[in-house]
Amino acid sequence: MSSTFDTVANIIAETCDIPRDTIKPESHAIEDLGIDSLDFLDIAFAIDKAFGIKLPLEQWTQEVNDGKATTEQYFVLENLCTRIDGLVATKGA
Amino acid sequence: MQLEYFQLIDRIVELDVDAWTIRAEATVPYQSTIFEGHFPGRPLMPGVLLIESMAQTAGWLVIGLTRFERMPFLAAVKDAKLRTFVEPGTCLNLTAKLLHDGSGYAVTKAAVKAAGKAICDAEITFRVLPFPDQSFRHAMEETASRIAFPTQALADG
Repeated sequence: MSSTFDTVANIIAETCDIPRDTIKPESHAIEDLGIDSLDFLDIAFAIDKAFGIKLPLEQWTQEVNDGKATTEQYFVLENLCTRIDGLVATKGA
Repeated sequence: MQLEYFQLIDRIVELDVDAWTIRAEATVPYQSTIFEGHFPGRPLMPGVLLIESMAQTAGWLVIGLTRFERMPFLAAVKDAKLRTFVEPGTCLNLTAKLLHDGSGYAVTKAAVKAAGKAICDAEITFRVLPFPDQSFRHAMEETASRIAFPTQALADG
């Protein structure tokens, strides 16, 4: 978990020019860090490459738009990292 | 090419759905109102249109890889390099490769050469969305037919 968070936090810091020490596990990528959807594409690209996965952004967006999920479930970083770990585990299974 | 109509691709030469690559050709016209201002007495293909030509090439690649089910919309252009001037009459060879097939987005690398000489290149990102409506899709299919889009490659791939 910690290494996943460190990787993701480093990606966000580098991609969005956000000070690394302001990025916390409880940070909401959109509401706390101010990351917009275009910058999040860069982050998703870097995460996909770093972990060898494909973040299901379309599915997540649809679930949020349909009211079946909240943005916190996907965009609070500790939750995002849990989902990344799950995708990595699924890939290796 | 018809610069005023943003028709920047004359024909698709090759689409490889397995290698995620595409090749296209286009010839810069001798006459265009754009050259009246860019520049008076020294006509040059505008750099933004060279970038657009790369985006269209890469965009046709994405359309092909999604079997005309989705439309790529330009989202980001990175590391664009315009390496030399392009004059009217220049025959351009345009190429693109898909670097990453993301969820709802695609990252590509595109380049243009003329007579083997590098003209420009860039990393181009698209949002990849369902066609807003069928008429939009049909319009793209008509354009595909006009530029000899190799639909057979989709059947073979």
